[in-house]
Amino acid sequence: MTGVPGTALRQANRVVPPSGPSAWLTTLTSAAMAFLAVFALALALASGRLAARWTEGLANSATIRISAPADQMARQTQAVLDLLATTPGVASARAMTDEQQRKLLEPWFGPDLPLDTLPIPRLIEVTQDGAGYDGEGLRLRLAAEAPGAILDDHTRWRVPLAVAAGRLRILGLASVVLIVGTMAAMITLAANAALASNAQVIRVLRLVGARDAFIARAFVRRFTLRALSGAAIGTALGMLAVAALPSADAAGGFLTGLGFQGAGWLWPLALPPLAAVVAFVTTRIAAFGKLRKVM
Amino acid sequence: MIAFDSVAYSYGGAELLSEVSLRLAPGSFHFLTGPSGSGKSTFLKLCYAELRPTAGRISIFDRDVRSLGRDDIARTRRRIGIVHQDCQFLDHLPLAANVALPLTVTGRDTSVQDLSDLLAWVGLGHLADALPPSLSGGERQRAALARAVIIAPDVILADEPTGNVDWEMSLRLLSLLVELNRMGKTILVATHDLTLIRTVKQQIAARVLRIRNQRIQLAGADL
Repeated sequence: MTGVPGTALRQANRVVPPSGPSAWLTTLTSAAMAFLAVFALALALASGRLAARWTEGLANSATIRISAPADQMARQTQAVLDLLATTPGVASARAMTDEQQRKLLEPWFGPDLPLDTLPIPRLIEVTQDGAGYDGEGLRLRLAAEAPGAILDDHTRWRVPLAVAAGRLRILGLASVVLIVGTMAAMITLAANAALASNAQVIRVLRLVGARDAFIARAFVRRFTLRALSGAAIGTALGMLAVAALPSADAAGGFLTGLGFQGAGWLWPLALPPLAAVVAFVTTRIAAFGKLRKVM
Repeated sequence: MIAFDSVAYSYGGAELLSEVSLRLAPGSFHFLTGPSGSGKSTFLKLCYAELRPTAGRISIFDRDVRSLGRDDIARTRRRIGIVHQDCQFLDHLPLAANVALPLTVTGRDTSVQDLSDLLAWVGLGHLADALPPSLSGGERQRAALARAVIIAPDVILADEPTGNVDWEMSLRLLSLLVELNRMGKTILVATHDLTLIRTVKQQIAARVLRIRNQRIQLAGADL
């Protein structure tokens, strides 16, 4: 005998033909979906960090704005500082200098702002301690001691921003769920196409006594590996793209903060196994559904 | 082995088989004959549970076909070697892998020597690595026979196994089936080739079943 049956026997383990459009479709879909999922994940995590910063960080600070005639400004400022020094729950209070206020306003009015000729209110930065102060009581005392002083505890803008960030986070996570769902649908379509184009293979296997589990396993294994490899490539590219975004420290702002920090980089690594699990489950369901129609 | 009791099979409103009652005893050799479209392939498909009867009862290895689940059917087919009319193979696998397929799907293995011997027995030892599309009709039929017997089945069902081969190859294929029957296998061969049947009947005591008017009857001296 000139042939090598041993080799042929090993090949028999590959009962499903090795190639087809569904192979590329599955790999490409998984790669694209994983790539998008990395960004959705980055968005969700960045929004989460932002929401936490706005809710926790700014909750401990407040600003007192003093609008008074120029000749009363110094007196009212000092009165407010004295009052804050004796207010329980206030950890520190600091009046901003003209230079600091100029820097604050510079992005809107430019560097040549004539601060001394404009009725700019004086700002006092207040930091509260763990127990916090009585906001209503402080407002009443300020009204009595310094009529031009207004307490702004940031609630007005902090709450909607935190809510927005929280919703953005939900949106990011929902995007991940949608992407996974879309991937499941695409893999189901590809698996069904592969099963349909291999109807003859399935028929032969049934004829020689193959159980559904054996036939399904041949397809499931293939699609799981394709999804895993595709998602691994997509995730790697996505992580590289996120890493290449400008850093938050360098430019500031929300969009530049989009990315992963610390242990957050581990989250995208869950995407390839997740894609594999999705492919495993969807292909298995598709395969058994299709096989039930073949005696 | 396989028993039919008042079996009928209809498809699309037309009755293909009616009131079929017969028994394939262990070690028996049967021919099934009849004109094209008379229901020979349908009868064979009923024998390995690819089709279910629309009336009556079929028992395969003493189990009612209606009670068989999908896994039961798969297990049943591991005891039945099927030589299909159109020799269905996996075209992307070499011949040896195709012949060994019934073992592969059950997780069993065979030695290289046994597989070589089997391929040599059907005269295909030199074509182990050939792909099915490159084989001739006769080679495909013999490969199908090798695949059917590799699991040492109790029953071998052959649907027009000599349909695509010349007279000499037909005799050779039938002699392999006769050899298997002498080893104790139950054989059922569907064919419309009466000359072939007469030739084989000179070698062994084969019974001939004939499909006529949707019914199966034992053929007599008029064959």
